[in-house]
Amino acid sequence: MSKSAKLAAVLVAFVLAVAAIASVWLYLIKYPQTAQAATSSSGEQQITMQTVGALGYGPHSTYVSYLVEQNGKWIHSTMLQVKANSDVHFTIYQYDSGSPLRNPFMDQVSGTTDGKEILNGQPVRIVNDYSDGGVGHTFAIPSMGVSVPMPGISSNAKNPCGTPAPCALSYDHNTVQFTIHVGAAGTYPWQCFVPCGLGYLIGNGGPMSTLGYMGGFLKVVA
Amino acid sequence: MAIDTTPAPSVDESGSAPLHNTHDTKPWYTEGNLVYALIGAVLGYTIGHWFGNWLASGYQQIQGSGQNDYALVLGYLLATIGWLAGLGILNYPLMKMVGLHPSPDEDDGAKAHRPLRAYFTYTLDHKVVGVQYLVGMLFYFFTAGLFALAIRTELLSPTRHILPPGSYLTVVGEHGTMMMMMMTSVILGPFGNYFIPLMIGARRMAFPRLEALSFWITPAAFIVLLSGIIVGGFPTGWTGYAPLAVEATQGQDAYLVAFGLMGTSMIVGGFNIVVTVINYRAPGMTWTRVPIFTWAMLVTAMLMVLAAPVLVAGTYMSLLDRTVQTALFDVNHGGSSYLWQNLYWFFGHPEVYILALPGFGIALELLPVFGRKPLFGYRTAVAGMVGVGMLSFFVWQHHLFVSGMNPDMRPVVMLTTEMISIPTGIVYLVAVGTLWRAKLRITVPVLFILGMLFNFLIGGISGVFLSDVPTDAVAHGTFFVMAHFHYTIMGGLIFTFFGGIYYWLPKMTGRQLDQRLGRIHFWTLFIFFNSTFLPLFAVGELGMPRRVFEYEKTLQGLNMWVSISAYFIALSMLIFIYNFIKSTILDPKPIIPDDLWGSRGLEWMTENPVPENNFAHVPTVLSGPYEYGTGAGPMAVIGAVPVEAATSNEPVTHEGGS
Amino acid sequence: MAAKTDERTDKQHLQRIGLIWLVVSLVAMALVYFWWGPHLPPGTDSVEAKGQQFDNRVLATIATPVFLFVWVYLLYVLVHWRVKSDTPVSELEDGPPVKGHRGFQATWMIVTSVTVFALFVFGTVELVQNAGAGTGSGQAPIWTPVGYKQNLNKTKLLVVQVIGQQWRWTFRYPQFGGVETSQLYMPSGQEVQFAVTSLDVIHSFWAVNLGIKADANPGVNNIAFGEATKNGLINIRCIELCGIWHGSMYANGHVVSLADFHTWITAQAATHRQLIPYLPPYANIYLPQADGGYYDPNTNPLPPPGPTPNPVPSVIQ
Repeated sequence: MSKSAKLAAVLVAFVLAVAAIASVWLYLIKYPQTAQAATSSSGEQQITMQTVGALGYGPHSTYVSYLVEQNGKWIHSTMLQVKANSDVHFTIYQYDSGSPLRNPFMDQVSGTTDGKEILNGQPVRIVNDYSDGGVGHTFAIPSMGVSVPMPGISSNAKNPCGTPAPCALSYDHNTVQFTIHVGAAGTYPWQCFVPCGLGYLIGNGGPMSTLGYMGGFLKVVA
Repeated sequence: MAIDTTPAPSVDESGSAPLHNTHDTKPWYTEGNLVYALIGAVLGYTIGHWFGNWLASGYQQIQGSGQNDYALVLGYLLATIGWLAGLGILNYPLMKMVGLHPSPDEDDGAKAHRPLRAYFTYTLDHKVVGVQYLVGMLFYFFTAGLFALAIRTELLSPTRHILPPGSYLTVVGEHGTMMMMMMTSVILGPFGNYFIPLMIGARRMAFPRLEALSFWITPAAFIVLLSGIIVGGFPTGWTGYAPLAVEATQGQDAYLVAFGLMGTSMIVGGFNIVVTVINYRAPGMTWTRVPIFTWAMLVTAMLMVLAAPVLVAGTYMSLLDRTVQTALFDVNHGGSSYLWQNLYWFFGHPEVYILALPGFGIALELLPVFGRKPLFGYRTAVAGMVGVGMLSFFVWQHHLFVSGMNPDMRPVVMLTTEMISIPTGIVYLVAVGTLWRAKLRITVPVLFILGMLFNFLIGGISGVFLSDVPTDAVAHGTFFVMAHFHYTIMGGLIFTFFGGIYYWLPKMTGRQLDQRLGRIHFWTLFIFFNSTFLPLFAVGELGMPRRVFEYEKTLQGLNMWVSISAYFIALSMLIFIYNFIKSTILDPKPIIPDDLWGSRGLEWMTENPVPENNFAHVPTVLSGPYEYGTGAGPMAVIGAVPVEAATSNEPVTHEGGS
Repeated sequence: MAAKTDERTDKQHLQRIGLIWLVVSLVAMALVYFWWGPHLPPGTDSVEAKGQQFDNRVLATIATPVFLFVWVYLLYVLVHWRVKSDTPVSELEDGPPVKGHRGFQATWMIVTSVTVFALFVFGTVELVQNAGAGTGSGQAPIWTPVGYKQNLNKTKLLVVQVIGQQWRWTFRYPQFGGVETSQLYMPSGQEVQFAVTSLDVIHSFWAVNLGIKADANPGVNNIAFGEATKNGLINIRCIELCGIWHGSMYANGHVVSLADFHTWITAQAATHRQLIPYLPPYANIYLPQADGGYYDPNTNPLPPPGPTPNPVPSVIQ
């Protein structure tokens, strides 16, 4: 091969390599989109989420998942953004069935402003994970000491939500509401603490180990 | 001591050493080649994946999880078989098994020019395999290095997370696995395969088919490992600890299959080297004249053969737990989370000596050449290498000092681990003695050897902190361990790898790398390597665990310094890549390699380029390779020593004081 | 330059190298031990941390002359014994053909062997005398502090069970009714027995400034001993990769006075009074059931696999 042909070949190989590296990098840094907290009429920050038994679409259609409401539409994400040094009010619609907890320590509510959650309208401090519904999911921000268990729907539920997410309020669900106070700016991981059965035997694989399903980040911005 | 110098019939006669070397004459599509290999891989994957789906997808567990590990694992395994079949590797054994006679070879003797095509397919010439390994290993090294840059980019800030946490763990695992798994043969592959027959005066390897097989497994393992990224990543890092590995998503299958494949490659390649060194030494090449590099390769190959099977067994068990849901690692059903740790580290500790020993071998091989002195304490050096190899099987519990496993054994393992610094110290003893009053030429290879001596010292002594249980209580699982093994493996092995490239590339390719660029490469690499990894000792002791994406804000300054230095390491590698491509492809200046370094070694006594059968006649070795300043003649004579020249055909022996 | 130094005898070279090395080593060793030593990690917040810091000091001091020997020697070689690197091969001169030297090799081997053996003895003594030096020592540790008994009822130690799970730490105090908390409180000046276990995969408990490090294995009760010496914060991290959130799996705690500790634990027991019936009875290990939970207190209480905890006094002497 002539020298210029060799040079051309080397340059083409270099360009291809850079393209391959760039595409792998872009694939690796993909985050789900961030949902901003809505501001209610009284000026409070509000985050509305739901947990479903099977997402129904995407690369992992059988995974349980959180969804979050943004501008009235449900998006599949676990990235939340709130303002610093303020109260944030959460409303979570829990459509999934439940199971006992790996560590029943998380039967109790902790880290909310009043130490309780409002479950279907009633203030509750401890959920029995061995009751009929068990605990469906928890919302926990370990670094903030927040842990809120959400009961699963009863095993005798007549109208469970089975279709692809998001689920409509007409299906059987439990509504959990609570308020937390966020302090300084930062990025705080949050996760569910119920092993949802995927990932042979221990149950923390699958959706528990994939960002965007059962764990995400709470971004507190100044 | 009379030595029969008549050439062994199996080595010299044509027709009895069946080596395929008909590349020039037959068209490319009638033999195995890369195109067929890729087709075979795709076909194999499809069949395996379909078969796995047919076997298992009906199970509720699989449907519920949406993840069919059977399909993926069988897909990978059959893809590898298809890949090897497409290359033509299975032809000879299959034909023999069925009772057919494989096509007769046409041994055209000393054919010097290998067609370019031979380098891209299944070739039995060990020199071609050596060059294939060199290109392959450089490719894997730089790919793994890119992952390292991604890690350091993420660690620039403790709060700003550029990579999602699952991707970060996959990147960490890919970097570690690619370096530690793909690069076990980083020196044995290119330099061992190319130079061992030349160094011992053999005209071929004992098992050329196994040797070529060991190379061609590596691209398959590489692709399988990389594919882990797109099938879901794996969260366990390169250590693959068991209960986590069993619950992980599909990327874990990629890790396990790739590790199993590379384990097979190690066993096969190592076995070939052991048999070659034991049986194919030329007349007069007694054990005390075998070059120290070959001794290092021999011990390394023995470690591979003995340790890698345990790894393959362990990865197989982990795959069983993941696919057919055995409970080998599950404590609820009679298994144990300790089991994987034991199996893995039983392999894992000899593995790091598989990585370190070749570095010692190159360092001690080059110092006599550039110091113009015999190797000081040759027998001691050999004893040191063998000692490290044997002792490496007795120390693996030091990875488990805080695990609660056999805690009363810890003093014993503390002793054996600390004892390893004795044979490792012997390497320094020999280097110190060889450099005493030497006439040292500080060429580019020597720069890398001196860099290795500096770096490995830091790495080795930090190992003492890890071998002592109370100080290990501080450092285990932190960045201190990271700094320790980067100093020993990257500072030791990789530095000598580059030293070996600068030293031996002229022989392998007839081209020399630009020496000025080589010096710039060395100094950039040396300075920024130390700047990257020295602070990590402090970072670890101050409380930063391994494999984390968040850390104390107080450590951010150090981490930023380390990350920026890492980018400069990448710069030095770019300099090397530029040098390599320029000097071998774009602007090669042919040189006569035998005049380059003034080495006595037998590998420098072949013609250039090295003919297919290495030596025109089986050489007769007259003296050792390190007889500088003793007045000995050349190391060997190509061909039988004429009866009149030597008295009673006795080779000139030099019983030295080592 | 080459001709001048060739006139020196071997003995003179050795003396020069030896002298340079000796002086530099003594200065460096003193600096390492006295000036740097007191600041070495992990600090002095606990007896174990002090012991580990002492070990770091000793090892660093012994390592210093080893480093310096190789560095001084290599520098000496580079200064005195080099020739131009571009010397043509035909003009190369050979060095003296020294293939070995029994005295030097023997001295080297003896010195390294003695050093290695001394380090082994030192490490073993430190490990044995300090009840495992803060490391996880398994289910039945053989080097234990005074007052250790397997029986929770008879031990004089404060027992804290550290439970690791994906991806947080919790702590249980069996001597106080099995109350479980999310922070680690311990009294200073009190020997504590950490019983570390995991509910799922392998984690590892590292109380950084206390120098306690013990792997949390599922189904294993890994015991480590520690005694804090001053009040302050405890910084806890997980140091065994356990999955996606391993990097954010940390906890904190406080070392407080004994009185404050009793106040705290009483308050915790009161807060969690309603929760405690839902918790499994205290056991050394917890084996999760296939449904993900621990066990059902209403139907099938499993006998805990460890020694049966007897009612224990609520006050530690």
